[in-house]
Amino acid sequence: MSAIVVEAPGLFTTVQDLGREGFGPLGVSASGAADAISLRIGNRLVGNPDGAPALEMTLVGGAFRFERPAVIAVSGSDFAPSLDGIALPMWSSVEVHQGQTLTFGPSRSGARAYLCVQGGIAVEAFLGSASTHVLSGLGGFQGRPLRKEDRLELGAANSRFRKRAASPRALESLQPRKILRITAGPQRDWFSEEAWRIFCEDVFRVTEQSNRMGVRLEGPAIPVKNPREMITEGVPLGAIQVPPLGQPIILFVEQQTTGGYPKIANVISADLHLVGQLRPRDEIRFRPVEMSEARALFLQQEALLGSKELINE
Amino acid sequence: MPSRVRRDAAIQAEFVPASDQSLLVLFGREVRLESHQNVVKLLTSLQTETIEGIRNLHPAYCSLLIKFDPVKLDHNELQSRLVPRLARLEEMLPPTPRKIEIPVCYDEEFGPDLKDVATMHGMTLAQAIELHSSPTYTVYFLGFAPGFGYLGGLPKALASPRLATPRAKVPQGSVGIGGNQTAIYPFATPGGWRLIGRTPLAMFRRERTPMSLLQIGDQVRFRAISKEEFAELGAT
Repeated sequence: MSAIVVEAPGLFTTVQDLGREGFGPLGVSASGAADAISLRIGNRLVGNPDGAPALEMTLVGGAFRFERPAVIAVSGSDFAPSLDGIALPMWSSVEVHQGQTLTFGPSRSGARAYLCVQGGIAVEAFLGSASTHVLSGLGGFQGRPLRKEDRLELGAANSRFRKRAASPRALESLQPRKILRITAGPQRDWFSEEAWRIFCEDVFRVTEQSNRMGVRLEGPAIPVKNPREMITEGVPLGAIQVPPLGQPIILFVEQQTTGGYPKIANVISADLHLVGQLRPRDEIRFRPVEMSEARALFLQQEALLGSKELINE
Repeated sequence: MPSRVRRDAAIQAEFVPASDQSLLVLFGREVRLESHQNVVKLLTSLQTETIEGIRNLHPAYCSLLIKFDPVKLDHNELQSRLVPRLARLEEMLPPTPRKIEIPVCYDEEFGPDLKDVATMHGMTLAQAIELHSSPTYTVYFLGFAPGFGYLGGLPKALASPRLATPRAKVPQGSVGIGGNQTAIYPFATPGGWRLIGRTPLAMFRRERTPMSLLQIGDQVRFRAISKEEFAELGAT
């Protein structure tokens, strides 16, 4: 008997943890949860380590039947979760009884929701991580998004239920925003002051072609000053590259590890989880900050995530 | 923020902060074997003896992107710890490159763009195959997808522009030409390079150690094989 049976997979549901860092030399990107902060909080609520494998749903959630009792928490965007037809609170630990079905609908806010289960979703690790890398069909549950009738197992859990909820104040400060803060990219000087001004002041729209590899934007074209061939180099998570047509792409968790387009900017680490909640047709703007401020914001965020105020028990 | 560009006298490296958690180390700004040797040396040095706080390394033609944990390191600190390493690179011997032979079937079934490539350069199919399978290529780095090696050393006479519209799915094992580079697609992925053949070898297998057939610095040669040999090798 499995722990969870997938009755409906949703639009694109994968097993994700905090990813596999350290395999850039093999051409393997880190992958991992698109909104790592929601994953971390969801895991804390059920008493898991931050990086326990969970289900990441995209835009439309699925339906999951529990064949064994479990402790769960739903985090991220509001996909209208309900347990046997009764609305389920998000951002708090919940006991699920044997035979109950947890159902999600289409998102009422951002792009991704997480279902964290005590013990974590048990899958075979690939390079030390449970994350699904869809492009190569490696990691996660058979290297692919879930399908109807898939049966999921759980890792060992202490099976004790404790009532926990994320503090509304902490959630407020981590709330999705449509203004992404950026630092200048390594090819910032390939762009004129005018191009930089357009980039920082105009509105960009997220296109349908966006996925875990990259978020493609449309908006005013960002021209390169003197078009020339760039030598392919390593690309950081959240790099904003500008291909010849001038429509920026934010490289995301399942990014290529190297790239040959100039990078005008980079989303700051403290805002990467916001990228994971962007939906097609969302309108976003960029706001530049200095490297030192970006670092300070990240340290501040980590302090909040590490503080006792994050979760009410 | 550290100075955007700082040079180290001994080996001419530049440091460019690429994001708030990564630093790009550039060894010149052109594709040269010498620059690449420095990339391999620094990579090897950091893989053998890491600096606490480094989380990932992304080597490329003449650069190494170092991703770090901003809680443990910042750009200045990392840069100051890299400088003594760079000074030591000069006396460091690069790892002895491995020699890898890759059998490739250049049949039209596997290389749908070979004819176009040959025509573009005024060659016969046989000449194009001969030219592609005679040089020794260097694996500059793995990128794009797991185990995808960027091979340098393609004869100029074979350099071909990428397709105007990339294919939605390139079959696994396909050998392609993109600009002045050639490579093998380890997985069925989208791809815009011109496909000239296919290898029956698994380029990346999670059950194998090492998982990737190619590693940075490898010396690679292609050997033309028949469809029959392709079928035989593929079955093993």
